[in-house]
Amino acid sequence: MVPLSWYLIFAAALFSIGMFGVLSRRNAVAILLGIELMLNSVNINLAAFWRYGDVHLMAGQVFAIIVFAVAAAEVAVGLALVISVYRSRRTVVADEIDMMKW
Amino acid sequence: MNLTSQDYQVLAPYILLTAWACVLLLVDLFIPKERKSVTALLAALGLAVTLGVTLSQVGIEQVGFFNMAALDGFSTFVNALLLVSGILGIALAHGYVKRMGIERGEYYTLLLFSVSGMMLMAQATDLIIVFIALELLSIPLYVLAAFARPQLSSEEAGMKYFLLGAFATGFVVYGTALVFGATGTTSLAGIVAAAASPSTSTLLLTIGAALVLVGFGFKVAAVPFHMWTPDVYQGAPTAVTAFMASGAKIAGFAALLRVFATAFPALAVDMTAVLWALAALTMIVGNVIAISQTDIKRMLAYSSIAHAGYILMAFVPYGNPAVRDVSIAAGLFYLVAYAFTNFGAWGVVIALEKKEEKGLAIADYAGLGRKHPLLAAAMTVFMLSLVGLPPTLGLVGKVYLFRAVIAGGFTGLAIIGVLTSLISAYYYLRVVVTMYMKEGEPETVRETWLSLTTALTAIVTVVFSLLPQSLFEWASTAVLKLF
Repeated sequence: MVPLSWYLIFAAALFSIGMFGVLSRRNAVAILLGIELMLNSVNINLAAFWRYGDVHLMAGQVFAIIVFAVAAAEVAVGLALVISVYRSRRTVVADEIDMMKW
Repeated sequence: MNLTSQDYQVLAPYILLTAWACVLLLVDLFIPKERKSVTALLAALGLAVTLGVTLSQVGIEQVGFFNMAALDGFSTFVNALLLVSGILGIALAHGYVKRMGIERGEYYTLLLFSVSGMMLMAQATDLIIVFIALELLSIPLYVLAAFARPQLSSEEAGMKYFLLGAFATGFVVYGTALVFGATGTTSLAGIVAAAASPSTSTLLLTIGAALVLVGFGFKVAAVPFHMWTPDVYQGAPTAVTAFMASGAKIAGFAALLRVFATAFPALAVDMTAVLWALAALTMIVGNVIAISQTDIKRMLAYSSIAHAGYILMAFVPYGNPAVRDVSIAAGLFYLVAYAFTNFGAWGVVIALEKKEEKGLAIADYAGLGRKHPLLAAAMTVFMLSLVGLPPTLGLVGKVYLFRAVIAGGFTGLAIIGVLTSLISAYYYLRVVVTMYMKEGEPETVRETWLSLTTALTAIVTVVFSLLPQSLFEWASTAVLKLF
């Protein structure tokens, strides 16, 4: 069996890639993609911890389900906000959305 | 695995408020556009009824839903404060949204959902529930921040708040997953038990706790995770900002308190230094940058960052059982003081704000003392309270805080607190000076609920400062039962 640490390293790498995406991308949709990567790396962690821990305790799996359900709700609101910004400004590039100082 | 009435009793206020919000969402459809005040009234009524239920639960202590939620003195105290904040938030918003032409019934429903998330946060004793509550309080706030769309600044505020809030959520949930991995459980009580056993990986647990701290640092706007605050507070409709500044902060600190003080006492050695640095940085940066602000909303935003620093001070000695209770009680007391002062100050801002974001410069307050003496007097009270000068709640709160921190042996931090308060006197009193010493013709609006809220918060700020002991005792009993 693949050792647990491999999963953890993979999840940490995914989380870091997501974080890098959030910090380096200028397009709001791309930033959102980065956030999704971060949240999904958490799911890998949770599933791995569940599988390598006490398999009869469902907390890990339940948590993973809750995480992606909530992430979906969050994205729904986020995309609505992005569309609303796009309609009035014709851009979703974060650098150009700078009426107020960052 | 059956739920009993005891379980429902634990979450009774939360269930009631959520159900009320769902029903209100439907009822609102049948309320004609020009009569949305009815929705506001119904929402406030829901909060008031829930407040009644919460107050009837004072003294009850039990856990429910398989140890996932708790009803104790702490949750009752925080819930009562949150519900009062909700009511004040609606009172401030009622006339404001109408005047700004953004009156929609969903405003009040979203506010109710947000309050219910905050309440769940105060009651959560399981990290999964903490996460759900965090999202339930944040998502409505993202929408509320962008509520004045298509006004550009409000949309921008909503999007920035969403992007950084979701980013922070990523940290919280990743940290939670690591804590789960280290301890094999998400329940706070289980984490304490597991942390004591030598087989638990301290490394995973520490990294997990640190990531959770980063996430909550974003939520409560602690430096260096504060970048979003000024923009969001400035861009969001002022009534939303008022609610967000107190409600989200109270809930964030409540969760931080519950999670750190009850679940991670074993990590206090590492965390104390981190919290010390966070508190000091937050106080210094918040107060120093606030000096150069000319926009009142932005200034109050930096002031709210600075106050997050003061409240964070209460967490620094959390690993020391001798002073833990008194310092956390001081933190709770400060949250009450901050909530009332904050609502009052934003109320005055709303009274002077005009359409298209006019009337928001500090210079616009010139002459207020002559033209509207009562409003100026109220604003003076709030500014004094924010600095921490007598005779206000802000002073008492700071005295309790500094005393607790010094008792915990962190005299250096208390000195930084006092010095930064001195710095803050400069920009708060500048508002007072502008109101009384400069000539000007400020125009204000008269709205019954707005005036009532401002008057009420001003009175509370002054009167409670004269008899703070009872409030502090309530906060202390709330904390004592936490452990």
